[in-house]
Amino acid sequence: MSTDSHNSSLSKLGTELLVQTGVKVTHCYQCGKCTAGCPLAEEMDYPPSLVMRMLQTGNPELEERVLRSFSIWVCLTCEMCFARCPMSIDIPKMMDYLREKAIKEKKANPKAKEIIAFHKSFLDSIKYTGRLYEIGLFAGYKSRTLKILDDLSLAPKMMKRGKLNILPEMIHDRSGIAAIFRKTVKKNKN
Amino acid sequence: MTLGFYPGCSLKGSSREYAESVLAVAGAFDIFLEEISDWNCCGATAAHNINRELSVALPARILSLAEKQGFEEIVVPCAACFSRLTVTKHELSADPSLRERICEINKMDYKGSVRILNIIQMLDKYVTPSLESRVTKPFDHKVACYYGCYLVRPHEILKFDREEDPQSMDDLMLKIGATPIDWAFKTECCGAGLSVSRTRSVGRLSGKIISDAVDRGAEAMVVVCPMCHSNLDMRRDAINTFLGEKIGIPVLYVTQAIGLAVGIDRKALALQRHFVKVTI
Repeated sequence: MSTDSHNSSLSKLGTELLVQTGVKVTHCYQCGKCTAGCPLAEEMDYPPSLVMRMLQTGNPELEERVLRSFSIWVCLTCEMCFARCPMSIDIPKMMDYLREKAIKEKKANPKAKEIIAFHKSFLDSIKYTGRLYEIGLFAGYKSRTLKILDDLSLAPKMMKRGKLNILPEMIHDRSGIAAIFRKTVKKNKN
Repeated sequence: MTLGFYPGCSLKGSSREYAESVLAVAGAFDIFLEEISDWNCCGATAAHNINRELSVALPARILSLAEKQGFEEIVVPCAACFSRLTVTKHELSADPSLRERICEINKMDYKGSVRILNIIQMLDKYVTPSLESRVTKPFDHKVACYYGCYLVRPHEILKFDREEDPQSMDDLMLKIGATPIDWAFKTECCGAGLSVSRTRSVGRLSGKIISDAVDRGAEAMVVVCPMCHSNLDMRRDAINTFLGEKIGIPVLYVTQAIGLAVGIDRKALALQRHFVKVTI
């Protein structure tokens, strides 16, 4: 393998990223601006610039570590890295792709359990009602994570201020929404 | 005048005061906002974290409905929904094969004809021209205009204000007699979708934002995104724990500040729904 990452040919994952997201990992010259500006970098196992470096090496073991990292899940897609990247590398788009791939290949980092449980509970609500039903989201999240006691005091305070709907808002075309989920999310399940 | 209206889920639930104040201000300026019939959730952060096609299909359904119902322009006050809808419109126009696939998934036509306005664009276009003459109670306070992420990034697609030091909300606040402060956290992330799953991270991120605003003399924070609002307002306990002190600065939606300045009743602007009491 060449040590010059700018000229080395792309690895399998590197090629996949290029085809699927347009991101060319070899364009990164390791200036570190993404990491400097990333609000979550200190909570990550590998900060964004290191993720880029690991992908650049084309080393399958390092690529695997990226897919199994916590970094890709705690990334909030705030887009600060992309805004500041002198090479205009769309890191957030790449993160989205890596997350989807990690789920598909059952490689999601165990520390991301709560984050993923939240996303899945959120999507469940849309799948069944067409919209977000906040009580349903909380219930789904709690049953997935067993974090029964978290935020217990929040609901009555929200209720008092009229911020929590007891019943979900159901859209009419729920079968259309269910079909969208069938043709997208379900298709991905092995 | 009638414009299409996509409230999004937050504005129907935990951030209903945003919807109430948007509708109150629109009404005061003779703008009728008509909800897109049978709209669905845009998918928010959850969809694009889990499945790209879903994250495009859900907003595309909303845009197709708007087209079908004859709207040329839709107002999307939630910055996060605005971002998802605008990014979807961009991706569908840039990639014809994706568009074809999404139309097949949604079983709906999509032309890409609807113009999407965020709240500042709507205000600038339809309210600003007569705003100054309508101010009866100048909002004479130092305010920190907090734009968050989704209103301004990525600029290549949203083509709105500057990514790191936007000015549009500051300009609006000047028009109602407020003094926007110069500060460093205008577009730093509040913690967004980690609110429930990593509340402590939100305390840290939102805590830094609030503490800079307060240090520089702000009396109120002004926002345009329900997620930013719920993190800065409803998560104040987590913020105070991070900062080790109790911070009482209120967080207002931009339409609440404007509403107060043009004399709309406080109750109609739903200020009473906030967790942190609005005393200004």
